[in-house]
Amino acid sequence: MKTKTLVRVATQSIQKNKMRAALTMLGIIIGVAAVIVMVAVGYGARTRIREQINNLGTNMIVITPGAAQSSGVSQGAQAFPNLSIKDVDKIRGESQLVSAVSPVIVSRAVLIGPSGNWRTQINGVDVDYQTIRDWQTSTGDFFSSDDVRSNRKVIVLGNTVAQNLFPNQDPTGAEIQIRNSVYKVAGVLATKGQSASGTDADDVVLMPYTTASTTLSGRTFIPQILASTSNESDIPAAQDEIRTLLRESHKIQGDDDFTVKNQADLAAAAESSTKVMTLLLAAIASISLLVGGIGIMNIMLVSVTERTREIGIRMAIGARGGDVLTQFLVESVVMGIAGGLIGLIIGVAGAKILGHFTGWETAISPVMMLISVGFSGAVGVFFGFYPARKAAALNPIEALRYE
Amino acid sequence: MSVINTENLVKTYVSGTNEVHALRGINLQIEKGELVAIMGTSGSGKSTLMNLLGCLDVPTSGSYQLDDVRVEGLDRNALAAIRNQKIGFVFQGFNLLPRTSALENVELPMLYDRSGKKRDTKALAASALERVGLGNRAEHQPSELSGGQQQRVAIARALVTEPALILADEPTGNLDTRTSMEVMALFQELNEQGITIVLVTHEPDIAVYAKRIVEVRDGRIRRDEPVKNRRIAARDLAAYHEEEAA
Repeated sequence: MKTKTLVRVATQSIQKNKMRAALTMLGIIIGVAAVIVMVAVGYGARTRIREQINNLGTNMIVITPGAAQSSGVSQGAQAFPNLSIKDVDKIRGESQLVSAVSPVIVSRAVLIGPSGNWRTQINGVDVDYQTIRDWQTSTGDFFSSDDVRSNRKVIVLGNTVAQNLFPNQDPTGAEIQIRNSVYKVAGVLATKGQSASGTDADDVVLMPYTTASTTLSGRTFIPQILASTSNESDIPAAQDEIRTLLRESHKIQGDDDFTVKNQADLAAAAESSTKVMTLLLAAIASISLLVGGIGIMNIMLVSVTERTREIGIRMAIGARGGDVLTQFLVESVVMGIAGGLIGLIIGVAGAKILGHFTGWETAISPVMMLISVGFSGAVGVFFGFYPARKAAALNPIEALRYE
Repeated sequence: MSVINTENLVKTYVSGTNEVHALRGINLQIEKGELVAIMGTSGSGKSTLMNLLGCLDVPTSGSYQLDDVRVEGLDRNALAAIRNQKIGFVFQGFNLLPRTSALENVELPMLYDRSGKKRDTKALAASALERVGLGNRAEHQPSELSGGQQQRVAIARALVTEPALILADEPTGNLDTRTSMEVMALFQELNEQGITIVLVTHEPDIAVYAKRIVEVRDGRIRRDEPVKNRRIAARDLAAYHEEEAA
């Protein structure tokens, strides 16, 4: 039989049993739709995390106190207060590759403005912080090196803070009170959007680390140092350099008592966790594809039994075993592919709807579409083969006599 | 030239330690243009003979030559090709594909043809339906046709490949007297056109429309003779209609 005729015969026999075919395909439809939605959501999550990490700043290196491992035991970062401003100065003074370095002293406090209060995160940083995070001001200016040296009470507001304390006005030059001290607003930062952890990156204020250390935290140790290089390719070398400098400064023989990470490490860690999640979701969804395949096999077996007489007739008038095998195989493949296509449409629509209502970004790759439809066709072949072979092996005399 | 030529055809079924001798040596020659009725009671071996003649099964021993092709020893695919090319089947239960139009049913054997002949299968199927008087029923499905009409579709399907032999297994078994006469009239008409037909039947009333009767009993041919007082189905049908009218 010609291919065209085969496909026509197969689609006709599916059409003759519309309800049954629809129910059979349902398994495949649900499976493919689930795979598409899961992968789309996972892919979207990965894209977003990558964007957010890029958003942190370019070529950024993060130094935190506490070793990643100490004598084989993982230590929590910031377990030891062993980074100090001396380390920052040493990196700034001696490193060949690091072009910008800044401590970050984090505290939280209530900001009292002229028309309201706002509790937010206060980062005590150096002027290089602006370069490292690649963060411009939208109005006003960043504080100066002079401000840092002189412990001046100047502050730069994140966009969210500015909006809340000074709605509809430019806060530059205004005054804010934090814990009995008055700070002058130097400028407002441009909007960053969401941070990698999903919080609002603009809900923050920056002030000289010297000011933060003396007036707010009262501590001398530094919980985090950020550094950056001019070229992305210098990052690994810069990391090694920083490590050497800090080991020198800390007089270390054994394990590091600090951790140096770059943005790519952060990105890789975040991506690998979402990748695992996506794979897991896709694996669960594939199980329903498998169940759908078993559904096809079940129906094809019923169909072969039910159509034994038809098979007998076809064989009597000259169909070979191969013809009968192909006929049933094409039928199950057509069901598989049709189910895959319907599932694809539902999956794409589902991903769009889910993205719309949850605000998650979803992404569907054409490769994924091809794979899922191809896979459902393969499911049709795999699970259709046994019933089709059973049909082809029938004895025409017995098949004709079958009631 | 013989269409069918069997020599000492034997078929033995083995089930466990039991041997059933369905055919114990059949010698049968059927010439082109004959209309033969194979008769026999159930268990006589006539169904086995019909399966062998129809190339649906192979003999245990003996030889069978159909239209100059030796059939014994051929594999499944070769037998399928012979059925497709040389034999037209007509069954008791019509055996049309359900929910498939008459035209498509008649077209079916040509779709399984592997000889690579280029032909307009739709047109050939339509002309075969014309030949059995169902030209206007081409698009009807079997369920929309009467028993007699279904059997005529089946005959059209048997005719369409221009086979060497039409093999009809109890073709009137499911039909009433009038329709049986109609079908037999059609067979006689086709036979007049030179087509070789073998009928398998247990009804003497039907066998009298054939030219020759072969009676099988206990796996052997008991009687092989020309039909005396052969009847013409078309004439009987006309008489039947007159009777009905009166």
